[in-house]
Amino acid sequence: MYKNVSIRYALDWTTVFFYVVLVVMGWISIYGASYNFDQASIFDFSQRAGKQFIWIITAFAIGGALLLIDSKMYNIFAYFIYAGTILLLIITIFVAHDIKGSRSWLVLGPISFQPEEIAKMATALALAKFMSSYNYKLKNWKDLLPLSFIIFGPALIIVLQNETGGALVFLAFLLVLYREGMNGIVLLIGSFAVLLFITIIKLSIIPIQVDRGTLGMILGMSFILFVEIGYAIFFGKNQKEALILLAGTFVIGLVSYFINIGFYLNYNYVAIFTVLASCIYWIVIEIFKRYKRYWMLALFSFSSVLFCFSADYLFEKVLEPHQQVRIRVLLNMENAPLGAGYNVNQSKIAIGSGGFWGKGFLNGTQTKLKYVPEQDTDFIFCTVGEEHGFWGSTLVLFFYWLLLMRILRIAERQRDQFSRVYGYCVASIFFFHLTINIGMVLGIMPVIGIPLPFFSYGGSSLWGFTILLFILLRLDAARLERLR
Amino acid sequence: MINDTLQSRRYVIAIIMSAVIVVYILRLFTIQVIDTKYKNGADSNAFLKKTLFPPRGLIYDRNHKLLVYNKPAFDIALIMREIHDLDTISFCKALNIDKQFFINRIEEIKDYKKNPSYSSYTPQLFMTQLGIEEIATIQQSMYKYPGFYIQNRTLREYAFPTAAHVLGNIGEVSQSRIDNDDYYKQGDFAGRDGIEYTYEEQLRGEKGVEILLRDAKGRIKGKYENGKDDIAPKAGQNLTLTLDVQLQQLAEKLLTGKVGSVVAIEPSTGEILAMASSPTFDPSILVGRQRSKNYMQLVNDETKPLINRATQAQYSPGSAFKPLQALVFQQMGGITENTMFACNGPESSPVKCTHHHGSPVSLLNAIEQSCNPYFWNAFKTTIEKNGYGKKNEIFRNTYDDWARRVKLFGLGSKFTDSDIYEQARGYIPTQKFYNRVYRGVTGWRAITIRSLAIGQGEVLVTPLQLANVMAAIANQGYYITPHLNKCDSMLKNIHQCGIDKKYFPIVFEGMSGVFEDGTARASRIEGLDMCGKTGTAENSHGKDHSIFVGFAPRDNPKIAIAVIVENAGFGATYAAPIFSLLVEQYIKGKIARTELRDRITNLVTNSNVQER
Ligand SMILES: [Zn+2]
Repeated sequence: MYKNVSIRYALDWTTVFFYVVLVVMGWISIYGASYNFDQASIFDFSQRAGKQFIWIITAFAIGGALLLIDSKMYNIFAYFIYAGTILLLIITIFVAHDIKGSRSWLVLGPISFQPEEIAKMATALALAKFMSSYNYKLKNWKDLLPLSFIIFGPALIIVLQNETGGALVFLAFLLVLYREGMNGIVLLIGSFAVLLFITIIKLSIIPIQVDRGTLGMILGMSFILFVEIGYAIFFGKNQKEALILLAGTFVIGLVSYFINIGFYLNYNYVAIFTVLASCIYWIVIEIFKRYKRYWMLALFSFSSVLFCFSADYLFEKVLEPHQQVRIRVLLNMENAPLGAGYNVNQSKIAIGSGGFWGKGFLNGTQTKLKYVPEQDTDFIFCTVGEEHGFWGSTLVLFFYWLLLMRILRIAERQRDQFSRVYGYCVASIFFFHLTINIGMVLGIMPVIGIPLPFFSYGGSSLWGFTILLFILLRLDAARLERLR
Repeated sequence: MINDTLQSRRYVIAIIMSAVIVVYILRLFTIQVIDTKYKNGADSNAFLKKTLFPPRGLIYDRNHKLLVYNKPAFDIALIMREIHDLDTISFCKALNIDKQFFINRIEEIKDYKKNPSYSSYTPQLFMTQLGIEEIATIQQSMYKYPGFYIQNRTLREYAFPTAAHVLGNIGEVSQSRIDNDDYYKQGDFAGRDGIEYTYEEQLRGEKGVEILLRDAKGRIKGKYENGKDDIAPKAGQNLTLTLDVQLQQLAEKLLTGKVGSVVAIEPSTGEILAMASSPTFDPSILVGRQRSKNYMQLVNDETKPLINRATQAQYSPGSAFKPLQALVFQQMGGITENTMFACNGPESSPVKCTHHHGSPVSLLNAIEQSCNPYFWNAFKTTIEKNGYGKKNEIFRNTYDDWARRVKLFGLGSKFTDSDIYEQARGYIPTQKFYNRVYRGVTGWRAITIRSLAIGQGEVLVTPLQLANVMAAIANQGYYITPHLNKCDSMLKNIHQCGIDKKYFPIVFEGMSGVFEDGTARASRIEGLDMCGKTGTAENSHGKDHSIFVGFAPRDNPKIAIAVIVENAGFGATYAAPIFSLLVEQYIKGKIARTELRDRITNLVTNSNVQER
């Protein structure tokens, strides 16, 4: 029986508390980041902190309003919201003004808005609805196609808006799929593909013996062989084959080395030849000895080689020079003082100079001197690190951890799959933003310009994250309505 | 409903999330607590990125005469927090500014609305583009004013006070340009119009950077790692223009005291030899600190000296349209070179003739004597050649055909493959236009649009387009898009005009006759066979515009010219002598008729034109 439970009782106040704490910490950091010693109030509306205050108040209002909507509406209108958002994203490409190459901002009077912030919420809703629909099975190939459309459709449009960073966020949904039954190997293969791509591109500039191949390609091929050997030992339980493979590789390497003394031989092709030879080897073993699933290993290796080749080809031949630069920046390959390497270096110095206790509120000099770029948006965590030191940064991270764990708990306690999937979506998106943003500031992730939830300056992202979270809180509150 | 076999995955996800946060906390601990590199280094490890501005590319004329080069200039920058114990009065004195200016400027810098990137820690521009003489005094006493710095830059300098419209000028970049191009920062300078704008990316070069170390108070402590990561600025590429500076200067001189323009093109290449617009100004007045004051003066001048009349002003071509008409009529089969029409002189109807000559008139004489009734009859015969048809459809199609052929000469639209930034489109009326104006497809006939026959009415052309038509006729049927950058790639823009070669001799003959027994007899040059055509464009705002177009020599033309002098009356009196003098200068290399030159130079048709 449904019963109307007052939202005041049903609301998960713990989450709201974490949310408010993070938002307020962010607001104070923005004030610190743009503080100049000769300006006055945190409420000065011509300043960023003052403006952020307006965003925060409006975000609270939006959050409150979302709680008043009947929870069933989100399920019923999920596809409509999704379709509307897709339309909005497409319109944005044509309507938006070109801001440094990206066409992702809609300007309505005094308000600038990035529809991609809404797109995350809409995609989460659509995903939740689709996966909770009757008869849905993740293992079904037929169901996988609409699923990837739901996730990567908006991502593709956002790439067309030239906001690659914003599009990458959609990878976070893979974590949701994993929770809902996707084979864990997909995550492993995905990670391996990223590793291969970074290796190939990043190390392709390091030549071997001047012009006889590149370190990237050879290392990439070695990774594949490494996986093969590991598979043979741990899954195939056959160390003999692993040994043969190792010896074969060694012999081919040695022979090609000697050939290269007298003739010209590109080691890239030697490496590729070695992997392809190993594929043939696995297939031969599969056919004659019927070992388990060696054909899969062969297939994996072969596609990996293909992947390496296309990655290299795509990068060198298809991409325009400015796109290549963008990827190189992503991979921290541009270490010019004006490039991304400089920014990260500056942000590390700013954080490092904070020490254990920090320099104190409003006393950070590195961020004030505007050495750190985008100090109140993407690099806001620098200010925390510099002014509040290790303890302050850890506190912020601790609150993020509390929020994430709380959301996971909320997701798991849902009775219907729709709410649970949505809950995981929210957690995954926050987690992705957090990982990329703070990782970038700490210099262990590539420079991808995505905001830190609740911290970064800007109405668009704050509203987006608030909407994402409060829809979950509304769904969660409805859980009690059904119980009684 | 919950699938139990997957329950354990919640822990995997929680562990992944927790692990990342633990790794980040460990990383923070390393950077902030263990590693002293950052802690100790921070104070002295603050960089100041100082932009090194590249010298802009130089600009030459077609004979490698230097037109535009650079001279050093200086900006005064300040860092608000470092200013202390400032002796404002002596500072102002050294810079030759008054105290109020100083106070206002400081207020402006501190105003977040005007200067959103303000920080009291970073350099802010106090004054820009000072000349070497302006900073001479303060340079020696700079140490007395802590917090103020001198930054090097370059300014444009012009070898000749000429071609202001062609060259364009340089100004501070607008916010929208900063948003659209990462290269620019607040306070940068870039080409604003003319060649400086079109070839901005080529001319500007690449900025360099010098990385300096500063302490926590912002004091500069020297270069970072001995300049290991510094980038030297890359100078802009030089540019060679198609202009002949001598011809350009003569053209501007001849236009003194008049409102009008001259465009001269080398027909075989489409290269613009001269492009003058009057009133004009010395380009050097838009350089440096006096720029904004002078710019406002130019904007407010009633004679509109900032407009490049050669490419932006639109006129009815009048009789200058006739050679082109003669070619199109023949090509469309409306007339042949032997077609004769009657002319009753000033009594002709519906189009009057302004001349007295025998009747009937041949095509040759009609061009020579500029006979309006002939061209009206020829126009009518041509566009009525297939009759009118149901709902005038056949007639309207024939009209379309005529308009299309006229447009093939580059009329009615901009030269999109040209490097001229400011262009007007001109206008060749469309069938649609007449359908609308005369309320319906049957509302107009040949007689309704008779003024088109003689280049009056709705047809509009720019002087550049007119000169290009002459180049196309000189080439006997094709033109290369007129352009300003002397380079091979521009020569590929060849456009055919769709006129058979056999129709040209009669037009050449007629245009040559203009100088022998026609309207421009007085502008003959001894020993040089020229082709030309006078035009007088009716103008609702006063006296007619005087127009002359033509090319020379008749065989192997080297130069095609269009001259327009606004409100000067009959074409032969003003425009034709200017044409003749320009041809003499270009073909013979010098002016023998100095008396004529001086007389034309001193003629004033518009007393509002000021010399700048
Ligand atoms: Zn006549």
